[in-house]
This record gives sequence, C-alpha cells and structure tokens, in this order.
Amino acid sequence: MNDVLDVALRLVIVFAVFMVVPLVVGQAEHKVMAHMQGRLGPMYAGGFHGWAQLVADGVKFAQKEDVVPADADRRIFQLAPAVALLPYLLVIVAIPIGPGEGAVGQVVDAGIFFVLAVMGVGVLGSLMAGWASANKFSLLGGLRTAAQLLAYELPMLLAAASVAMAAGTVSLPGILNAFEWWWLPWQIVGALVFFVAGLAELQRPPFDMPVADSEIIFGAYTEYTGLRFALFLLAEYAGIVVLCGLTTVLFLGGWHGPLGADGLGWVWTLLKTGVLAFVVIWLRVTYPRLREDQLQKLAWTTLIPLALAQIALTGIVKVAIN
Amino acid sequence: MTLAATAGHPGFLSPNGVEIAFVLVGLATLGAALITVTTKQLVHAALWLVVALGGVAVEYLLLTAEFIAWVQVLIYVGSVVVLLLFGLMLTRAPIGRSPDADSGNRWIALGASLAAAGALVWVVVDAFRTTWIDLDGPAQGSTKASGEFLFRHWVLPFEALSVLLLAALVGAIVISRKDRQDPQGGQGTQDRRGGGGRQGSNGVQGPSGPQGGDDRRERPTVNREDKS
Repeated sequence: MNDVLDVALRLVIVFAVFMVVPLVVGQAEHKVMAHMQGRLGPMYAGGFHGWAQLVADGVKFAQKEDVVPADADRRIFQLAPAVALLPYLLVIVAIPIGPGEGAVGQVVDAGIFFVLAVMGVGVLGSLMAGWASANKFSLLGGLRTAAQLLAYELPMLLAAASVAMAAGTVSLPGILNAFEWWWLPWQIVGALVFFVAGLAELQRPPFDMPVADSEIIFGAYTEYTGLRFALFLLAEYAGIVVLCGLTTVLFLGGWHGPLGADGLGWVWTLLKTGVLAFVVIWLRVTYPRLREDQLQKLAWTTLIPLALAQIALTGIVKVAIN
Repeated sequence: MTLAATAGHPGFLSPNGVEIAFVLVGLATLGAALITVTTKQLVHAALWLVVALGGVAVEYLLLTAEFIAWVQVLIYVGSVVVLLLFGLMLTRAPIGRSPDADSGNRWIALGASLAAAGALVWVVVDAFRTTWIDLDGPAQGSTKASGEFLFRHWVLPFEALSVLLLAALVGAIVISRKDRQDPQGGQGTQDRRGGGGRQGSNGVQGPSGPQGGDDRRERPTVNREDKS
C-alpha cells in the first residue's frame, strides 16, 4: 500500500510541476519581453503589474469556439495537440531535481535515451497538425518542422552522448553523481550545441521558421483555436522547461552548487533552470529569425562538426584520466 | 521501469501478468501493423506505423530490454517516421483516400513479407527455444548489459554494420549529387509533378516547366472537390 501511495504522490507532484512551471515561464516571457522592448504590456488584470493576465488568457482560450476546418482530417486534427503535449509530461518524470531517489519522479536506467526519444515524439504532434489542417501554410509549417527536427536531432544526440561518455553512464542521476566542477569547461562546447539544437527542436526564435507568424501565419497551428491552440502553446513552454532542465542536469551540474549544502540541491537545479529559461526568452527578444537554408546550414556545417569534436575531446580526456 | 512479475514457472499454461500484457500488446501491435498496410490513406498508414513501432518498444520494455526499447522509439518513431512523413508531405499527402497508391505487386509483396516473417520466427524460435528470461531478477537488458554484450561478443557484426551504413551514406550522397548535375532529366521532375497531392489527378497544376528542384511550385493546394 505504501508503494502505491508513493507512486501516486510522485505522479501528482510531477503533474503539478508540469501544470505550474510552464505557466510561470509563460508569464516570465510576457514580463521579460515587455521590459526588454521598453513597453508596458498588459498591466491591468489583477492589479499589481497585471499578474493575472495569464489567468485571463486561459479563460479567453477556454471560451473560444473549437473550430475544425471542413476539409481537415478530423480525428488527427483533434489528436495532434495531445501528441504534442504529453511527451513533455513523460520527460519531466525522469528529470532529477535533487540528490537521492526522493527528488526524481522515476529513475530510468537509460535516462538520456528516454528523454531524447520521448521529446522526439512530441514533434509528431506538429507534423500531424500541419498535415491534417488542410491548409497550405500549415503544410509548409509541418514540412519545415520535419526538416528542422531531422537536422537538429543529430547534434543534440551527439552532445548528450559526450556527457554520457564522460560520466560512464546514461542514467540522469548517475551523471549528476559523477559530476565534477571541471566538467563545465570540459563540456562547454557540447552544452552550447545541446542548448542550441534543443532551441531549434522547440522551434523557438531564432529558429522559429516553421511557425514564422509573419510569413506562414504560425505554420502548423494556423487553423487551431481555443483550448487546442492553448495546448500547443503550453507544449512550447513545457518544452522550454524540459530543455532547460535537461541542459542543467547534463551540463551544468544540476543539484551541485558552489555552496554545496545537501539540503539545497533542488534550489540550485531550479535556479539554473530558471536562468536558462531567461536566456531562452532573451534570445527571442534579441535575435532575428534565421532563414530556412541558414537553419539547415547551421546544423549540418557547424553544430554537427562541433559535437563530433566535443566527443573526440571527451574521449581523449577520458582516456588520459584513466 | 522494469516491471516486476510474480514468480512464474516456465510454461505456457500458467501465464503471469507480464506475459499476459506481452500477448495483449503484441495483438495490438499486430493490428496496427495490419492497418498500416491495408489502409487507403497514406498518412494514416504512416501514423499507424508509429503505433506499431511503439508497440514493439513496449514489448521490449516488458522483456526488460529498456535500452533497446528507448532506442527503438528514438530511431524509428522519432526519426524514421518523421522522415516518412516529410517525404509524404513533400510529394503526395492527400487528405482522404488515395486509390492510386495501390501497387500491382501486392501479392508478391505479401509472399515476400510472409517468407521474411517465417524465416525470422524460425530463427528466433530455434535460437531461444529453451531460454527463459527471469523477469524478477536484475534487468538483463539494461544499458550496461547490452553494451558489454555488444562490444565483447558481437564487435565484428557491429563494425560490419557500421561499414554497411557508411557505404549507404556515401551512396546516398553520390546519388543526390548526380541528380544535381543533370537538372534537365525530365523523368525525376515528371515523377514529382505527379504528386499534385490534394489537387488530385485533375492535372490543373501550376505552370509546367522542366526545371528540376522546383519543389515550391508543386506544393499541394487545398481543393474542395477532393473530398468526394
């Protein structure tokens, strides 16, 4: 009985994190963008700095009519947001935020493979949405999404493989247990490659060609309204949380901090994740969108060679240490 | 993630929970695979393939081969199916049925697939006839175990496969480069123009031209008639 309770409690906590943290990131994006661009943004809802604007947005989304275009493939069109969102929920289960078994939803032996595999499934949601909408802008968005995924999956995997080599394990808590501070300079190139490739996989600016709102009007999501559209947005924010959490765990040492108090491990994890999420938002505000050919070129001619070089470096250092 | 099972004696007549789950998932996988090859809707076939491949991954999980399961999801669901969908969307991905997608080779294909399945089943049954996985013990398909097996006992086949893949990669590059040097070859262009996607086969396409690589023009446009 105790086991059942334990599992249930973990699932409830993971679900709560999944529902709350992406919304916090979304709210932070509103505010950070507003400040960086020297504008106020919505300031009235709720009083202080318009903190309730997110709630108002949610109510607005829930009230809108759920439209399915007449020519669309109805079932796939309606299924797509779930396919886009649920993988991130599964990934959050495996990310450890503190030392010990108590601070991770479920210890997965092949953790890196689990998170990368399941994250890749999420992209199927965008593809399904793009195809099933019966709209050429959506189809274009879907095509670009697929091309982008194919290009950036490889450097992401290679960068993650470099960390796995360094730690000698593919389990996420195992990697953190093996972490030393000097991994930071050692793996810095891999970290950059991983983060950039992850951004591209999430289609965040400057890699948002698949959803470029000024050209193909939000790509695969053009025809979506109401709650289903909100689910896609939520998937994007959940993706930011997952990417930042993973980068923290794999490259930035997760719960390790300069003030190595054991009880405060989860604070370090959340802090690093938060800083990375801020960087993600910052990039959105500062960088212009990359063109489609620039996107592909960056992946194939820059990131993949860098990731391979990182793997070679990791191997050399690893052999030298042993 | 390994599923603990009640201790069961090796035997077919006293199945435990994991074995029952294995059979049920297997049936679902088989069903999805059958729909994949029989459905008239191309993109639906690709999506049912996701279900079938995912079912295989679940089977691996039930057999405690966690590493293989996630690699299966990563490679097949995450990459191969995405590549398939990309190809479909780039060429022909009509919403609704595509009656022209049937091949005249279906009986030969059926025979070949049955022969392949028979050979595989025979090999597996013959190789593992009396081997039972102890689902209670430590996971026998963990990453560590798989890695040690692969790089201690099966290094040569592993390296041979790597060389094979490298050869395929080089071959793909060679073929794609040849295509570029010969842009006037009408055949490739003709094939691609046939994929008018949602416009059906009414042939009312954009301006026709023999330029190769002009994918942009052939993007399917939405047309109300093709729902009929």
